[in-house]
Amino acid sequence: MAEEKKIVIRRLETAKDLGKFMAKYYYELDEASKTGKEKIAWCTSVGPAEILRGLGFLTYFPETHSAMLGTTRMATDLIPVANALGYSPEICSYLTADIGAFIEGVTPLAKVFKGIESVPKPDVLVYNTNQCRDVQDWFLWYGNKFNVPVVGVESYRNVPEVTEGHVTGIVKQLENLIEPLEKVAGRKFDMDEFKNAVKLSRECSDLWEKCLAAAASKPSPLTFFDGTTLMGPAVVGRGTQKALDVYHLLLDELNDRVEKGLGALEEEQYRIYWDGMPVWGRLSMHSKLFAGLKANVIASTYCSSWIFSALDENDPFGSMARAYTELFIVRADKFKEDYIKNKLDFFGIDGVVYHDARTCPNNTNCRYGLSQRLQEQTDIPFVTIDGDLNDLRCLSDEQTKTNIEAFIEQLEERK
Amino acid sequence: MISNKIYVGTDVGSSRTKVAILDPDKNLIGYSIKKSGTDFYARAEECLESSLKAARASREDIIKVISTGYGRKNVAYADGSRTEIGCHAKGCFLYFPEPITIVDIGGQDNKIIKLDAKGLRTGFKMNRKCAAGTGAFLEEMAARLDVPLEDMNDLASRSTDMIKLGSFCTVFSATEVLENIRNGKNITDIVKGVFYSIIKRIIEMDSLTEKVIMTGGVIANNPYLVKMAEELIAGKIFIPEHPQLTGAIGAALYAMENDK
Ligand code: SF4
Repeated sequence: MAEEKKIVIRRLETAKDLGKFMAKYYYELDEASKTGKEKIAWCTSVGPAEILRGLGFLTYFPETHSAMLGTTRMATDLIPVANALGYSPEICSYLTADIGAFIEGVTPLAKVFKGIESVPKPDVLVYNTNQCRDVQDWFLWYGNKFNVPVVGVESYRNVPEVTEGHVTGIVKQLENLIEPLEKVAGRKFDMDEFKNAVKLSRECSDLWEKCLAAAASKPSPLTFFDGTTLMGPAVVGRGTQKALDVYHLLLDELNDRVEKGLGALEEEQYRIYWDGMPVWGRLSMHSKLFAGLKANVIASTYCSSWIFSALDENDPFGSMARAYTELFIVRADKFKEDYIKNKLDFFGIDGVVYHDARTCPNNTNCRYGLSQRLQEQTDIPFVTIDGDLNDLRCLSDEQTKTNIEAFIEQLEERK
Repeated sequence: MISNKIYVGTDVGSSRTKVAILDPDKNLIGYSIKKSGTDFYARAEECLESSLKAARASREDIIKVISTGYGRKNVAYADGSRTEIGCHAKGCFLYFPEPITIVDIGGQDNKIIKLDAKGLRTGFKMNRKCAAGTGAFLEEMAARLDVPLEDMNDLASRSTDMIKLGSFCTVFSATEVLENIRNGKNITDIVKGVFYSIIKRIIEMDSLTEKVIMTGGVIANNPYLVKMAEELIAGKIFIPEHPQLTGAIGAALYAMENDK
């Protein structure tokens, strides 16, 4: 039988710095949780983090924790615990895994960071339903458990164009958050701190965007699978200087690779775009599967979700309202179609993989004919794989493998 | 045999293992089909042996072997492997060299593959998540109805008043079948309903544009399914001479291509 060739995937040195950033972040939260010295706000991943910084809160993002439950493959055993409480296996498996973990008293943080035993206790939970309704249900469950307030923004969904009408409505809601949050924080909202956070968030977003854009080089210095972990600071650290510092390091390394013509894979014959969420418990398997076929998944809708180009310190509330409504996940399909089309062009993509994630329709974009429409417009072929972000009961590795292999064969025939 | 050069395709499917041997002119000169069972390596060997015998050839005549199917990595004598999607496409295009839509009903999954005039794939889909519409579904229903699998075709063709099964899911369909048995419905009508459900599940997967070709073991053993499908899509469906062998033939064609 033909010999299997060794797969070479070049790791980024700065991944370690980003890892250290995440460690510091969790230890700081743990310390605050244990001592009560600083207040902690739980926030949704595209929630109003900048406002929380203007009130001196440390912010914790349960979605990042859920992704860890996925990567450590703890999730699949924990989801049924929440299912038994009436949270269906068909709804967000971030929510079900996270609640399951809480009930069982387990956390991957304890495995990764010595001394941390549990997730940090919230003083308040703050959501934005711009991404989905599930975050609201999820936070309300915890609000009840910890007996703390839950506040948030109820956003628009399926927005074709973001208009002044949308922005004004959201601004009002953002402003209305201040008073209840001041009560929890036990201090006044500081406009300068807030503006500074908006400024830093914007800088972080710009830097992260540049890092992702480096993948347009041929060969790409970056893979989507790297991106899913490298984006940690963009999620949890936006609005802080520390996040900027690590992304400067990352960007330098990526630029260095670009200059030297060094790709993330030893061989990159096919450039793939990934739409939808990663399958967290299969990151490594999928990364090797593609690399083994000389295919580099170089760009994604998902990793670009933490780019907030509208943020502007001179109009902090208005620009936040705009930035958090302009996001891909909030938009109508026509916008999504054009957005992906631009990415396919910008990154020089040969084929698109759509991940149809069973429990997250919000990050799944192939259910309303978008994939077919885009193929017609661009002549770039696509394949859909069935799976899930966290619930490994929803996927067949064998089917994924056959689908991906067959897809790359298809691209090979076209070359 | 005039030439002693042969090309072998081995398709280890979830249900059956198929070996096809082609001569350099792409003629099928030997083949074999056996239950895959649990020892894929052994079954692939046995199938090779019997198809070599049928082709009156020996192992020394083999120029190249390509394996395909679920067990494609379990063929010790293969020189390489390709997915069943690619092999089915190639195998079908040999007999229908024009734009086609291939519908393959396998033991564990269904595939819809679209080819352009050059035989290049323009897209493909495999069925999702469950056994609805596959050979496994048919086997499960035969067991529920307590009739031998090989009698299903005849039973369906004798139905006069088909029962419609509405559900997506194998478990739900089984419940519907039980309900119909309890209500004293005619078994021929229930079996036709099962056939109808298979066809429906497949047609729902994708639009059937271009000339439609059906392949796979389920089709080979149940020609009445094809007739029903033709009625449902109101068009002609074409079947290659050996509908169960297209994957193996495609693999053999890849073997030939790689050799040149
Ligand atoms: S967007 Fe999807 S994965 Fe994220 S919280 Fe909502 S449902 Fe869960």
